[in-house]
Amino acid sequence: MGKVKANAGPLARRPDNSAFKQQRLPAWSPMLTAQTVLPFFYGMATVCVLLGVWLLVTVQNTHELKVDYTHAGSCDKCFEKRKDRANANQSCNCTVVFNIENTFKGDVFFYYGLINFHQNLRQYMDSRDDGQMIGRNKNLKNPSSYCEPFMKDKNGLPIAPCGAVANSMFNDSFTLVYHSAASRQVVPLFRKGITWYTDKNVKFRNPQVENKTLTLAQVFEGTGQPLYWQKPVYDLDPWDRNNNGFINEDLIVWMREAAFPNFKKLYGVLNRAIEPFTEGLPAGNYSVDISYNFPVEYFQGRKEVVLSTVSWFGGQNNFLPIAYLVTGCLILLLAVILTAVWWKFAL
Amino acid sequence: MNVRVGDIIKLENNHFVAADILLLSSSEPYGLCYIETAELDGETNLKVRQALTVTSDLGADVAKLADFNGEVICEPPNNKLDKFTGTLYWRDNKYPLDNEKMLLRGCVLRNTDWCFGMVIFAGLQTKLMQNCGRTKFKRTSIDKLMNTLVLWIFGFLVCMGVILAIGNTIWEQKVGRTFSVYLLWDEPIRNNNVVFSGFLTFWSYIIILNTMVPISLYVSVEVIRLGHSYFINWDRKMYYIQKDTPAEARTTTLNEELGQVEFIFSDKTGTLTQNIMVFNKCSINGKSYGTIMDSTNFSFNPLSDRKFKFHDSSLVEAIKMEEPSVQEFFRLLSLCHTVMPEEKNEGDLVYQAQSPDEGALVTAARNFGFVFRSRTPETVTLYEMGIAVNYQLLAILDFNNVRKRMSVIVRNPAGHIKLYCKGADTIIFDRLDPSNQFAGEGLRTLALAYKDLDENVLEEWMKRLLNASTVIENREEGLADLYEEIETGLMLLGATAVEDKLQEGVPETIACLTLANIKIWVLTGDKLETAMNIGYSCNMLRDDMNEVFIISGHSVSEPELEQVLLETACLCKTVICCRVTPMQKAQVVELVKTNKMAVTLAIGDGANDVSMIKTAHIGVGISGQEGMQAVLASDYSFAQFRYLQRLLLVHGRWSYFRMCNFLFYFFYKNFAFTLVHFWFGFFCGFSAQTVYDQWFITLFNIVYTSLPVLAMGLFDQDVNEANSHRYPSLYRPGQLNLLFNKRQFFLCTLQGMGTSFLLFFIPYGAFCLVVRDDGSHISDQQAFAVIISTSLVIVVSVQIGLDTYYWTAVNHVFVWGSLAVYFAILFAMHSDGLFSILPSHFPFIGTARNCLTQKSVWLVIMLTTVACVMPGLAVRFLKTDLYPTLTDKTITEQVPQTCD
Repeated sequence: MGKVKANAGPLARRPDNSAFKQQRLPAWSPMLTAQTVLPFFYGMATVCVLLGVWLLVTVQNTHELKVDYTHAGSCDKCFEKRKDRANANQSCNCTVVFNIENTFKGDVFFYYGLINFHQNLRQYMDSRDDGQMIGRNKNLKNPSSYCEPFMKDKNGLPIAPCGAVANSMFNDSFTLVYHSAASRQVVPLFRKGITWYTDKNVKFRNPQVENKTLTLAQVFEGTGQPLYWQKPVYDLDPWDRNNNGFINEDLIVWMREAAFPNFKKLYGVLNRAIEPFTEGLPAGNYSVDISYNFPVEYFQGRKEVVLSTVSWFGGQNNFLPIAYLVTGCLILLLAVILTAVWWKFAL
Repeated sequence: MNVRVGDIIKLENNHFVAADILLLSSSEPYGLCYIETAELDGETNLKVRQALTVTSDLGADVAKLADFNGEVICEPPNNKLDKFTGTLYWRDNKYPLDNEKMLLRGCVLRNTDWCFGMVIFAGLQTKLMQNCGRTKFKRTSIDKLMNTLVLWIFGFLVCMGVILAIGNTIWEQKVGRTFSVYLLWDEPIRNNNVVFSGFLTFWSYIIILNTMVPISLYVSVEVIRLGHSYFINWDRKMYYIQKDTPAEARTTTLNEELGQVEFIFSDKTGTLTQNIMVFNKCSINGKSYGTIMDSTNFSFNPLSDRKFKFHDSSLVEAIKMEEPSVQEFFRLLSLCHTVMPEEKNEGDLVYQAQSPDEGALVTAARNFGFVFRSRTPETVTLYEMGIAVNYQLLAILDFNNVRKRMSVIVRNPAGHIKLYCKGADTIIFDRLDPSNQFAGEGLRTLALAYKDLDENVLEEWMKRLLNASTVIENREEGLADLYEEIETGLMLLGATAVEDKLQEGVPETIACLTLANIKIWVLTGDKLETAMNIGYSCNMLRDDMNEVFIISGHSVSEPELEQVLLETACLCKTVICCRVTPMQKAQVVELVKTNKMAVTLAIGDGANDVSMIKTAHIGVGISGQEGMQAVLASDYSFAQFRYLQRLLLVHGRWSYFRMCNFLFYFFYKNFAFTLVHFWFGFFCGFSAQTVYDQWFITLFNIVYTSLPVLAMGLFDQDVNEANSHRYPSLYRPGQLNLLFNKRQFFLCTLQGMGTSFLLFFIPYGAFCLVVRDDGSHISDQQAFAVIISTSLVIVVSVQIGLDTYYWTAVNHVFVWGSLAVYFAILFAMHSDGLFSILPSHFPFIGTARNCLTQKSVWLVIMLTTVACVMPGLAVRFLKTDLYPTLTDKTITEQVPQTCD
């Protein structure tokens, strides 16, 4: 280790007198004194409590309504019907009614929620091919082996989109109806613009072909539809041609796997251009017409519809304000204890 | 180049010797040849080797050398550099071989144009190679603790795996089966074999949770130790300007143990003292010289050494009066030694002595008119009061540690045969009148004696000597017996006293180390009185002390008394062991090491300290007078004993403190990082789904969090060096092993678990139902991963900030830099570009952008950070406030160090 330096002379091996080598680098040494720690604790407590109060007030001004329709109202018969897999191809429609007491002011979001559905199982989450969904032709016809056993259909055709995630896509559809005193009016919902920009424009692309005149059906020729789907991927949205294939927004929303078994996913956003919804959702009676396709009875799941407005920090979220308040109070308590101890012992 | 045993090879001046060879002939008269053994033992003085007379006659005649057909029978290869026994059979004669006829591999030929030799050992069998890698591997207690803890963590890992596997089994039984409509592929589940699923889950979780046992821990620990070693090497305050010797950390594995030393075993000579011998007293024929304080004029002697001082002119008068006993006294000094003279210019004599006291004695004789001028293997030339006198050298009876004396047998020009003997006074006095005149003054005393020998007796003895020296087995003992036999009936000439001055700062250092509760035992080969005197002069002994234990090496032998010895010694404040052999030194160290469970440090400078240095936990070598063997065997070396204080109280203390803080933080960080997977297991059906992005898992330990903790481990200082010296008791926590032990490990595990719990459940509570401000959801797994990993990186960065006492610029750069690098890499990994190149490897496209622009995400990160950090802060404050350690008190009192 003892390096012999090049410079000769009587003190050739004398170490350099640099601050670094002599461990004398100028440094800042913060200390935990009562004068710094106690004010910091009180300050933190104040910040947390104030934030908590502010968030709580904000949350009070948001609205959320959940309607569990698993076997509510006329959906009971559909629930029974879906118990038998043989009935999978028969359609079943049902309706649930509910009442909104106070107007939902501002933008209103329509979600579907699933309880006890595990989108976060490792094998489930892995069972997808992002290369296929970004529109790579190679992967379209030759999906990743991660998709097994949802890679090829029984005819040996590659499935598009392959994998368990896409295969289990939620396929109930909803029509929200407002029952005013005068009439029955379908609530207009935007069914697009419900995904992240990056998902819609980067992560999911339809396969690119040189011949631009081909229809989407032709592009997907030679692929099979997922086993549990009733229609192929290029035909998901019968009303909007541009919302089909891998860039179908419902598919994109579904493909963003939820972290926990209870989750909700965005279905639509209220179109506020039309009366009487310019202010939001007016109070009154509503019903949801449901095309009930998604079976949940196998895994004791529940399905629900969620209507919600949002604040600057997201949807109705009571956890955050309460957590802030609790944390703030605990810190305050700690601060008081510390002060007492310091007062008694250190002074 | 294919040197084989039995080859005869030629060596030239200034060349390295290629193998262990038997010297056959050389360019110098009498088959002499000079070598430097610095590479072997570090001694830089020239040594002489001599070929057998019969072989030196071969000269440079290649034909004769080629015909040489001698046979050598010798000992098997071993690592003893100073011993060789063998016999040469040639032309029906046998000749004894010893170390004096060997050139060992690694030596350098000096002042000799050429020499021929026969290869005895080559390659791995050479003594140099036999000495390689034989040192015991030393490990620190922290190292051992770390290994234990890593095993514990493995156990913990297996427990976690088992818990999660059981969870998986139950989950698959209760929930997973009903969910199987979406998980068709799961063979074992379809067959209802949930136990097999659990088994697979177990291994999956072992793989996922393996980051609890960080490989980077070992790498980081080594880097930190290397850094600390460099700081020792670079320390100007341990650099000895007179000798241009910096301190040197010769190993990089023991640094933190320097902060835990409880016992120091110190050699005396050359360690506490300077080992610069000054001849300052002598007693000739019962008359003492050197007690009067006047200066002596040596102008009568043109060959005198100007630097030599002696404070009694009556001795010069005596020599001028030609008193026979005084003359005989100095004649003995100039004849009985192994010094090599070097005379570069006429009258400019330089003595190459292997031991400094021998040099001092020969120099003294030189100044008093008995100048040792030159030697050949068979003669010694003296200038006695200016007249050249040739003595025939008949035999040299070597010095060794057991005999503690040496003798020469010479024939003077008048034909009288005399045996001159000098040796340790007790050894000589055993046969003479007891006289203890100098011992009371803390000097090294050698007694000088002579004996007239009869021609016939000598002849008969020489025959037996020749016989004994050709024996291979037990040659040593045989020779010793013969020597013993002839060294009897000696006549005392007088005694010399050589003073060995105490090194600078030794009493202060010892006082300071004692205050640090380090027990210092002096182990010396010297005799009781000398040792006690040194004890007094370096403050280890005082008259008011009554707990002193002084033991002589003769006393220690019985194993059952070892315990008694140890207990008694530990009751005492001061322990001095004198008259101990090198082996006994090592045994004492071993005794304390095994029985007291304490960290021991041995410090010494000579070859006799090597075994003790190797035995102790930490060996320190003084790079001083007596060669380099101690330094070569040591772990740390420096030039002065007083640097030991700085090595222990500053470097050792810091190293220990830094290493402990480093370990605490490192384990904490990895628990906080990894256990999040455990909590997530309860929500994802124990399916071994990871919480984080795979890239984050890869980079967390090596990129995002490695440098700040490394900076802390390298640069942190709780108490500055001035205060470390001022309050030696700050050293106590290290001895008590307080800063990192199993309890501390448990605490950091707890802290890590708590942090991981909060890290997981606060975002869980906030995000399981949250949406973005544009309504789209961010409760998906990828967003969750980004939120938790960001919180984690911020929390551990804040924590390292709180754990750092000494924020240098490097710390700032590393902490802030790591955070910046985290965000830079995060956004890069989630960028469109990387995704379009390798979609399956970067599936997190856009997640960072979509999450980190949300206010709610930052609210959650902030809440998590506050919740994770505040409790630890409060506990720390309470501890320093309620139960402040001396360290805490010192920290609060010390003013920030100014940089000068």
